[in-house]
Amino acid sequence: MLGILRQKAGGAMGLSSQGLGNHFLSLRPLTPALRNYTSAVKEMTVRDALNSALDEEMAADPNVFVMGEEVGEYQGAYKITKGLLDKYGPERVVDTPITEAGFAGIGVGSAYHGLRPVIEFMTFNFSMQAIDHIINSAAKSNYMSAGQINVPIVFRGPNGPAAGVGAQHSQCYGAWYGSVPGLKVLVPYSSEDARGLLKAAIRDPDPVVFLENELLYGESFPVSAEALDSSFCLPIGKAKIEREGKDITITAFSKMVGYALKAAEILEKEGINAEVINLRSIRPLDRATINASVRKTNRLVTVEEGFPQHGIGAEICASVVEDSFGYLDAPVERIAGADVPTPYAANLERMAFPQIEDIVRAAKRACYRSAPMAATAS
Amino acid sequence: MALWLAGMIRGASYYKKTLISITTRSSRAFASSGARDADKGSFRTPYMASATAFISRRFRSSVAGQQLDHFSSHDDEDKGQVRTLDFPGGRVPYTSEMRFLPGSSENRVECYRVLDDDGYPLSSTPFQHIDKEVAVKMYRGMVTLQAMDTVIYEAQRQGRISFYMTSYGEEAVNLGSAAALSSDDIVLPQYREPGVMLWRGFELQEFVNQFFGNKNDIGKGRQMPTHYGSNKHNVITISAPLATQLPQAVGAAYSIKMDKKDACVVTYFGDGCSSEGDFHASLNFAAVMEVPIVYICRNNGWAISTPVTDQFRSDGIVVKGQAYGIPSIRVDGNDALAVYNAVGAARKVAINEQRPVLVEALTYRVGHHSTSDDSTKYRPIDEIEHWKTARNPVSIFRNWVQRRSWWSDKQESDFRAHIRKQVIHAVQVAEKTEKSPVGSIFCDVYENVPPNLMEQEKLLKETIRRYPQDFPKDVPLGN
Ligand SMILES: Cc1ncc(C[n+]2csc(CCOP(=O)(O)OP(=O)(O)O)c2C)c(N)n1
Ligand SMILES: [Mg+2]
Repeated sequence: MLGILRQKAGGAMGLSSQGLGNHFLSLRPLTPALRNYTSAVKEMTVRDALNSALDEEMAADPNVFVMGEEVGEYQGAYKITKGLLDKYGPERVVDTPITEAGFAGIGVGSAYHGLRPVIEFMTFNFSMQAIDHIINSAAKSNYMSAGQINVPIVFRGPNGPAAGVGAQHSQCYGAWYGSVPGLKVLVPYSSEDARGLLKAAIRDPDPVVFLENELLYGESFPVSAEALDSSFCLPIGKAKIEREGKDITITAFSKMVGYALKAAEILEKEGINAEVINLRSIRPLDRATINASVRKTNRLVTVEEGFPQHGIGAEICASVVEDSFGYLDAPVERIAGADVPTPYAANLERMAFPQIEDIVRAAKRACYRSAPMAATAS
Repeated sequence: MALWLAGMIRGASYYKKTLISITTRSSRAFASSGARDADKGSFRTPYMASATAFISRRFRSSVAGQQLDHFSSHDDEDKGQVRTLDFPGGRVPYTSEMRFLPGSSENRVECYRVLDDDGYPLSSTPFQHIDKEVAVKMYRGMVTLQAMDTVIYEAQRQGRISFYMTSYGEEAVNLGSAAALSSDDIVLPQYREPGVMLWRGFELQEFVNQFFGNKNDIGKGRQMPTHYGSNKHNVITISAPLATQLPQAVGAAYSIKMDKKDACVVTYFGDGCSSEGDFHASLNFAAVMEVPIVYICRNNGWAISTPVTDQFRSDGIVVKGQAYGIPSIRVDGNDALAVYNAVGAARKVAINEQRPVLVEALTYRVGHHSTSDDSTKYRPIDEIEHWKTARNPVSIFRNWVQRRSWWSDKQESDFRAHIRKQVIHAVQVAEKTEKSPVGSIFCDVYENVPPNLMEQEKLLKETIRRYPQDFPKDVPLGN
């Protein structure tokens, strides 16, 4: 009950312009995130964005170090730590035995003692071996010690379905970690997100779970001169409106932002003007931005690759029903991964996850441009 | 470094306290070797306190009740000196010499082998008789693995499947161990042991169907390539997160023990896998629960790019078995006969004595870790070449089999050509076979398909019918 009340209050306050979580920015003076950059743009891959963010934060703060399986000599299973061993040496780029519970725990312990570890999981699937340290220690120590011991640690690595690797390698942990008080959970999409959010995560005094996507690592995005500056940083808890629109709101995170943007292009041709929100942060969740958008468009479709039940879409839907119920002109539709473990076979795998066409069809249904599914109508 | 020192100090202060009551010589010895540090350490009190807590807890349990008198002090005395301590698990001799156990023994644990690198039996090693039929089947299995690896690796490179892992260099561990088991033994593999399934009759076409995830794959297109399993062959489906098979193997072995079966559980794992906590939990439980299980470690020197020297500082895995109270042996993993003998013997002990046994096979991962890896980036080509040629497990075994006239050059070239053709044929068949149908997305999530999944399936099929252009053409709708 208390939880619900507080949530309500938070939502209402958020809507009244202040925005969320300015206290996150108090650590260091930061360049405020600008939405539209005017300066000349350069292209950068998400991989390079993450790599440069790590590099710059390691250069700026000697307490920052990275640790994980194959992060040093091998430069990371996905080459995110490329060049760091040469530059910072084996004391700050630490290769570990294959013991996730070990190096996650060691990371937490080193954070207790003032270091700023960045722990790489080869993939977040293997964070399951270490989840006790993340949830029962990293997330709770500040509270349990009455604020005496904070845990400035980042757990990062690829999350969500990859391609053709089956059930145990293809799942989204956003909702799992998103439900844990004490954690912050970030989900970058573009190179600018990757740079700005990783830097924010490393500088943050609290534990951050940083969920990347393997299939985005090689993708290039334009980055502004501001975003390339070493002082660049994004606020934690703030969503980004990737595309403004007035007819329907589509929320997405990570790889699905790209899908939502493509769906919006298709919808545009059919006269539907969609607003796409890139969540950037799952915890805290930017309820203010989401609700403000829904109050404008009166329609909502949520997109995620995770499982539907108790997912991010469910949480967003609840928030909108609580705060903006009267503004809704159509039922909210959640697009999520199928409610099954991920199959391997390419044809089945494709159908187990949201596709651009699924978003387009859902948006049209919400705008009453196509008949609802017979199965639900009858 | 700091952590290590703390450990030393903790140990030292414990010794000091124990020894003080016995002799004075030892505490003097201690004083000269860093008593100052020990005195500064705050470890002594908690350590002793926890030792006391341990004792009193043991006293409360009913099993410990039987141990009660072990603690009482009818110790043997010699001229008023207590010589040994009766402690649960057996008498512990006292000593006045303060001596830490070394981190490793001077000599590494030796490696049992039967054949030398040219396939000649070492005169000194007696070995189990092995039938011609078994030996030839083992050899054919090894060659089949090579053929499958060559063709399927290539198919992955051509983008026909998403992923593959070869077993190059580990053919002897695969087939030597498989041949020594009974088909009733339940196997929990890691992923580089397809030879076990091959030995048990899993057919080439079945392997290849799995790689392609077509409708004839008995795994219904669910698992990534090389992560197969087959209930019929008593092989539990492979789990990708490392080491999860190890505690599960103990559970399976416990059930075999309950059923009083003439069988055991066999579980495979790599050197890297042994760093996971599950490995340690598994060995300890197996020892305490006294279950019939054979652990087969393929110590192949590498865990993707991590060499064993960065993985652990013990003398491999064999000593860890011993530390947990498990009889353990190290064998030459490139000597199929040695593996066959050792695993056969381990299996007998496991079943007859109802206890775990560990076999550490020293071998080498000649191929890349998987199709996502290029191992020349982190290890010298010479090293790979050496193991591929001088220590090649297939040619070592072939030399032996051929010298016994159980195999010939002609058979060799015929069989190699034949098996390669078979694998290629299996690929062509698998590729042409219809893909898995839509329905196989939704079945088996639960034993019985629940209504919500039935509804999802219905909805999906309807959407595909209505918007066929949005879906891949290769999805059979079924009915
Ligand atoms: C819990 C977990 N962490 C990491 C991985 C990624 N991974 C897959 S195989 C492997 C190396 C295992 O090496 P080893 O046990 O020596 O077996 P080998 O590949 O040499 O046969 C790693 C790190 C994983 N599958 N599961
Ligand atoms: Mg290995």
